[in-house]
Amino acid sequence: MGRASAHPGAALGCLTVADTVDGAALTAWVQEFARLVHEQRDALTELDAAIGDADHGTNLDRGLAAAVSALDTEAPADPAAVLKAVATTLIRTVGGASGPLYGTFFLRASSALGEGDGAALAVAMRAGLEGVAARGKAEPGDKTMLDALGPACDALDEALTANRPLDEALRAAAEGAARGRDATVPMVARKGRASYLGERSAGHQDPGATSATMLMEAAATALAGRG
Amino acid sequence: MPVGLVVVSHSRALADAAVVLARGMLPGRELAVEVAAGDVDGGLGTDATAIAEAVTAADSGDGVVVLMDLGSAVLSAETALELLDDDVRERVVLSPAPLVEGLIGAAVTAAAGAARTQVAAEALRGLAPKQAHLSGGPAVGGG
Repeated sequence: MGRASAHPGAALGCLTVADTVDGAALTAWVQEFARLVHEQRDALTELDAAIGDADHGTNLDRGLAAAVSALDTEAPADPAAVLKAVATTLIRTVGGASGPLYGTFFLRASSALGEGDGAALAVAMRAGLEGVAARGKAEPGDKTMLDALGPACDALDEALTANRPLDEALRAAAEGAARGRDATVPMVARKGRASYLGERSAGHQDPGATSATMLMEAAATALAGRG
Repeated sequence: MPVGLVVVSHSRALADAAVVLARGMLPGRELAVEVAAGDVDGGLGTDATAIAEAVTAADSGDGVVVLMDLGSAVLSAETALELLDDDVRERVVLSPAPLVEGLIGAAVTAAAGAARTQVAAEALRGLAPKQAHLSGGPAVGGG
């Protein structure tokens, strides 16, 4: 399977969301996510030091570096296999709570991913979001990664329903994630170690929502121009 | 074969020591107790794939009760269930019991040949003797 350098939509000169999200595109997404997390590793850990156990940046950086390396070595054949390989690598190598949480995101996204177009990606991301919610028993407003993923998936669905091209829809999703991330600052944490702090967790941006925003920004960057 | 046990902890040392303590209650008795603890580099952390492997190793067909510490250990134990085959998953109980007390209750019951629902129930009751003992003592505040 080659890289998606060209596709029928582009060849016809029309913006469609069809046939654009293949294994290479998903691999590029994960690579970009890994790059952003690596670049912001210390900032993520600093956010986590304020209300968590000061390991989010280093844990996620280690896990994503392993995931990128696994994709290099295994080069999974189909898109769902790419997401599955990322899931199992994160589960194995992250160590902290973000391992099973991001692992479950990619595992459920892998199972739900249908034909590789933009709508299928949106369905997969929604399944990932629901997996994270179920795994963490978290709800919107609990000051978790869900607070970024929820608005992102809502914005993605809304844009695709309005027939906007995939790159615009993913940009809207990233902006939704960023708004959700910013909104975690005044929240009082109700999950994880931060929840022990109660009211004292307010005034700090949630590290999970911050990395989840990077996940959506990576999708917007890596999948741009593919639809 | 008795029900198998799996101990999940962020710390390999903590898990191993808990197992030594529990085995001390089982002189001369066989019991499959597997440990899935620490991250891939031997530091603090949990790994759902290691937990899934430990469950498979501990299962002799009568099922497995999994004891765990907290936080990501709970999330990883739940994630491990997703990695198991359906028939194995049906035989696994994730115990909300406290790790040390629960493990000892579970180990004694499992080594006596109890079914996994009984083993899990005994684990969950693990704090009861300590609570009964200390709450019967002189009042130390609280309500």
